Amino acid sequence: MALSGSPELTRWTPPVLDEACKLAIHNLMVKSRACEEALIRMVRTGHGYFWIGSPGEEGFGVPLGMLVHKGHGPAFDYLHLHYRSAPTVLAMGSQPIDLLRQMRSTVTDPYSKGRNFVNHFAIKPWNIVPVTPTIETQYAVAPGTALVQRRHGGVGISIVTGGDAGSAEGDFYSAMNWSTRPDQELPVLMLIAHNGYGISTRAERVQNTRELNRRGDGFGIRNAMVDGNDPIATWNALVEAMDYVRHERKPYILQGNVSRLYGHSSSSGASLLDEPDCLSLYEARLLREGLATAAELKAVWDRWHDALNDALHQVIEEPMPDRQHVLQHVFWDGPAGN
Amino acid sequence: MATLAQAIRLALHYGEEHLGVTDIFGEDVGAPLGGVFTCTQGLKTAWNSPLDERGIVATALGIAYAGGKPVAEIQFCDYIYNVIDLLKLCGNAHWSSAGEYHVPMVLMTPVGAGIHGSMYHSHSFESMATHIQGWKVVMPSNAKDAYGLMLSAIADPNPVLFLAPKGLMRAKGEEHIPGEPEDERQLHQMIDAPVGDRQDWQPRWPAVQDYRVPIGQARTCRKGSDVTVVGYGRLLHLCTQAADQLQEQGISAEVIDLRTLYPFDEQSVFASVRKTGRLLVVNEDTEVTNFGEHVIRRVLDECFYDLQAPPKLVAGLDVPGVGLAWGYEKNSIPQLADIVEAMRTVAQSQP
Ligand SMILES: Cc1ncc(C[n+]2csc(CCOP(=O)(O)OP(=O)(O)O)c2C)c(N)n1
Repeated sequence: MALSGSPELTRWTPPVLDEACKLAIHNLMVKSRACEEALIRMVRTGHGYFWIGSPGEEGFGVPLGMLVHKGHGPAFDYLHLHYRSAPTVLAMGSQPIDLLRQMRSTVTDPYSKGRNFVNHFAIKPWNIVPVTPTIETQYAVAPGTALVQRRHGGVGISIVTGGDAGSAEGDFYSAMNWSTRPDQELPVLMLIAHNGYGISTRAERVQNTRELNRRGDGFGIRNAMVDGNDPIATWNALVEAMDYVRHERKPYILQGNVSRLYGHSSSSGASLLDEPDCLSLYEARLLREGLATAAELKAVWDRWHDALNDALHQVIEEPMPDRQHVLQHVFWDGPAGN
Repeated sequence: MATLAQAIRLALHYGEEHLGVTDIFGEDVGAPLGGVFTCTQGLKTAWNSPLDERGIVATALGIAYAGGKPVAEIQFCDYIYNVIDLLKLCGNAHWSSAGEYHVPMVLMTPVGAGIHGSMYHSHSFESMATHIQGWKVVMPSNAKDAYGLMLSAIADPNPVLFLAPKGLMRAKGEEHIPGEPEDERQLHQMIDAPVGDRQDWQPRWPAVQDYRVPIGQARTCRKGSDVTVVGYGRLLHLCTQAADQLQEQGISAEVIDLRTLYPFDEQSVFASVRKTGRLLVVNEDTEVTNFGEHVIRRVLDECFYDLQAPPKLVAGLDVPGVGLAWGYEKNSIPQLADIVEAMRTVAQSQP
């Protein structure tokens, strides 16, 4: 994949959150939602086996994708994502068709060649390390990339994200502990997308606080909670968090409270649920503030729906993996070094 | 001659200087201790991690993703069981990402019994390890091989698990590592930290040379014609002793040191079995779902009609642990007499 990155920086200045940026946020939220809804339709119509994804997390994930310092190597951000990170990756510039490919498990799926469930990314030119099906392990890995970044200098950070239930795993503790060793603090931005559930288990039945970000208090980690259904509030919270992690080179925990609009996965039916919808809330706001008309907003949806329809037609013609692909990529025999 | 622990240290030093090793870390790996077996003493990139095996393996994975070359240590393999899913992730990252990322890391850990280690310093791990796909697994039986295997492990762009037999850590080699001082006392003065205050101590490294034992290459350490004995690690030495004893009794055993367990050197094993028609596999891991069963299965696949006797496995007893009292260990972990007996049985078995 030929994807370009930003230059190496010594000081990070966030993009300005002006009108154009606010409309760009909307466009990317629609891109992500329309893509996920297309994926759900695929699984319903037999074009995929299983769906798990992000509807309801766009308000939290899109600003993140737009604020990533994108590129390859330790000067840029590393992303340790989970299976609800499509808004972030699509906001960074990935194409929905590639998610359709992964959903259909075609051999053209650039993230896993049809090996992994949808939303399991791996994009080396953007430092997106393989998304793992194991909950929370990514938190323990993030200090490793951050350690290399600490030595490298610059403003690159390691961003790790996951759900609320997963924060009960010891790997969450490992991430806090390894990024706060005395004189060895690491630039890790730990994000929690709190949707109130782990599959069917309600958070309040198994965790003694809703403010999981405060787990950081015991480690002296600066932390905050934000309404993840509000992309503007999230943007501002992320700018504050990133500014700190990039320049102080220390960890930060930001929790975004989000919705799970289609339930956990296709296993629970993937039907629309009655929870606050960050996207319709944001559209109402854009209308209220006079930043867009209803027709303009609809045009955004139409554009992505058309693009996704075209993409689906293309993807269902693409080849599937077969016997000759099974043994590929067991071991790497090229030069070492990512 | 260097001990096995010194050989690992020399290899890691060579790795730091010439093969791009960026981090050598784990519990008590850095100064002042330099590892519970001193394998990492005096190394410039060695550091002490939190006591967190999951964090150790995961951090190594992150370093490898970010272009570094980590050598991480799990202090004893007995404490590796809580990282199995992370080992899985290291081993499947390349395959699951369809080649996008690879994981150039080495994980080393002491294995096996033989040091009166009781329940939690006596585990073997090779049967589990070889069941975790995407890893190469090596296990030296002597200092020079430890050096050569470690350099190959470091140079390999895939995850490599380096299993170091605990019981051999202080065993001196029989052959010099290229560049090692002739006089072992001199080596000791150069690279072993003094007991007591080490604050100002610095090692003086000998100019060790590049020497690799290729991954996947076994070594025949006794030539013979009556029975093939496949061993590795600590028990390899019991296999050669047994072979020497039986030689005096007119039984000629061919002893193969596998050195790499995954991918193991099938061709060397098959060639020997085709010659002797008989196979004994020896290790100290527990016997059920034992790595040696895999070796035997491959021999049955490829050499069935060359066999003149049923292949045999001598391994640890299938009990939950190695008990501290010698009566437990000697009756659950193969001893010289057990190996001699098994060799004789296989060599003399008639239909
Ligand atoms: C280590 C591990 N345990 C269990 C599972 C099965 N599982 C998949 S998703 C999930 C719930 C995760 O909840 P949370 O962390 O809140 O994230 P969410 O799905 O709500 O975004 C579980 C238990 C898993 N994938 N990995």
